Amino acid sequence: MKDNVLMRVAARWNMPFLLVFALYTQTHGELGPGGGFQAGVMIAAAFIVYGMVFGADEMRRVVPRWITDVLAALGVLIYAGTGVYCMLQGYTFLDYTALIPSNPGGAEPWGMTTVEYGVGITVSCVMITIFNEITEGTLPGDQAETTTEKA
Amino acid sequence: MELVHKNLPALIVVLPLCMGLITSIIGRRGLGWWLAMGTTSAVLAMSVQLLVNVLESGTQTVTYVMGSWPVPFGIGYVVDPLNAAVLLIVSMIATVVTLYARKSIASEIDPRRLHFFYALWLFCMTGLLGITITGDAFNLYVLLEISSLSTYTLVALGRNRNRRALTAAINYLVLGSIGANFYLLGIAYLYQVTGSLNIADIHHILTTQVFPTWSTDAPMYRTTVFVGFALMAVGLSLKLALFPLHGWLPNAYTYAPSSVSALLASTATKVGAYAFIRVLFTLVGVNFAFKLLHTDTVLMISAGAAILMGSWLAFRQTNIKKLLAYSSIGQIGYITLGFALGNVNGLTASVIHLFNHALTKGGMFMALGIVAYRTGHTRLQDLQGLGRKLPFTMAAFTAGGLGLIGVPLTAGFVSKWYLVSACFEQGRYEMAAIVLVGSLIALLYTWKVVEAIYFGKRPEDAPAIKEAPITMLVPTLLLAGASIYFGIDASTSSRIATAAAKFLLGVGP
Repeated sequence: MKDNVLMRVAARWNMPFLLVFALYTQTHGELGPGGGFQAGVMIAAAFIVYGMVFGADEMRRVVPRWITDVLAALGVLIYAGTGVYCMLQGYTFLDYTALIPSNPGGAEPWGMTTVEYGVGITVSCVMITIFNEITEGTLPGDQAETTTEKA
Repeated sequence: MELVHKNLPALIVVLPLCMGLITSIIGRRGLGWWLAMGTTSAVLAMSVQLLVNVLESGTQTVTYVMGSWPVPFGIGYVVDPLNAAVLLIVSMIATVVTLYARKSIASEIDPRRLHFFYALWLFCMTGLLGITITGDAFNLYVLLEISSLSTYTLVALGRNRNRRALTAAINYLVLGSIGANFYLLGIAYLYQVTGSLNIADIHHILTTQVFPTWSTDAPMYRTTVFVGFALMAVGLSLKLALFPLHGWLPNAYTYAPSSVSALLASTATKVGAYAFIRVLFTLVGVNFAFKLLHTDTVLMISAGAAILMGSWLAFRQTNIKKLLAYSSIGQIGYITLGFALGNVNGLTASVIHLFNHALTKGGMFMALGIVAYRTGHTRLQDLQGLGRKLPFTMAAFTAGGLGLIGVPLTAGFVSKWYLVSACFEQGRYEMAAIVLVGSLIALLYTWKVVEAIYFGKRPEDAPAIKEAPITMLVPTLLLAGASIYFGIDASTSSRIATAAAKFLLGVGP
């Protein structure tokens, strides 16, 4: 599709808006409609559109697989880590009061925001991974074993 | 240490989750196994501590609230004698199988993806332990999905040995998702009636506000509760592979990597059975499920059919891994029969059989994994004459086989003793007969394998093989030895099981 001028320009021009809107959704997650999941999907959508127009290999050059693998795990770790931090402070798992013990009401948004950033990172990376899996076709080591089957 | 003690119920789920994530990032070059091994051992220590805490506490329950939200509103983790016992089973088997998995799995999947295997392994544990410990019906669904999704992937990893692992995994995925969605739908119906997701709270609302109206002219939500319960029961039956809904199990167990089969056979269906027990006894209650709806009759018919058909189909198999898979279906029948009887002895039989069958079948799958590791196959003709080549492995396999039959001095005998006496107590003589016929068929299929092992002749041209590597042999012998030990001295296991049964039926410690 990268020979098509319209597609190329549209994809290029849409990308910053998608990313900015994703960040807006992410940062307003605790106040209005939105949150990590939606933001993550939008970030992934930006990259997937890029991949669809310029080719999946080109996208993997921009976002290598190891980055999505690591970040996907890191996002959940941020979520769980927030909970563990609360535990270490002597509160129960995910009791956000631990973040600002003097002001529990103020700590809630902090906790939620942190957790939502984790969600956003993981969702976007998992979406990109799904796209990668679909476009890549075979897994490493697949070609070698097709002949030695049927045992 | 104080912090750890206070947060034990949460840590037992959070630790494998975090370590699984860390493993997927840094677990390359053999580090993955060390991380998995460390985590499972830590979880084992925690579940032992939890069991001790529960049995020592006066109320027999330990409650933990997530995020300090009070219980009916937030998610509460509740540990009682029943799930403390199941936690112990899961973590113990997981530790032993992880020890075994190192050599076994390295020969079965691409070494570059080993860290993902151990990550999934730990996620699977997260799910199984979470299902067991949670006191929240919806949280149970979430953790059910975590364990199921990682299980589908783990099964599919058997593709390097046999491509059919992929179709088995897809089959399992479709049926497993249907099961999980039925359960979710059931929860939704009950939520509509009660407005609560906490298991204890739903039970309280149902028994104090909903059921009493049913004897009057204007029954409240009668059909809704019926449909909700039916959906949950069918969904969970699919998960635990109860007889007519067992279709996904044989292929999934057969084509999964050896260590995955061992883990799944001894924990996944057990946790499914636990969830079913939880729904029957602590969510809707015995009066509703057994007295009003006669679920016990349905369950007994299913269980009886599972025992007979599972054992018979096992006898017909020539792939021994598949034989064990079908035998698992039969054994699930025994477990189901136990709680369907609904008396203390029956429930004790169920809980103790969860434990004993986990040991027995886990050991057998591991012994078979060694055969696959050394010969590459698990067909009956590959086991011919292996009694001389792999004496310890085959001894472990035979010990497990004796346990499946229920020979005295094996763990299987203890469970069947409780089960048959529970049948007599309830006057269900036909079920007692089915249990005995099932054991007889188990004798047939075990003998079929044992005959090949000890009296068969290994072909002259077969390549020479050595006894298993020590890291695979020790865990196998450990489980096989334990299945004998708990047959000779069942006082500990039966004490815990009886405590769990009495707790469920509310007849005091």
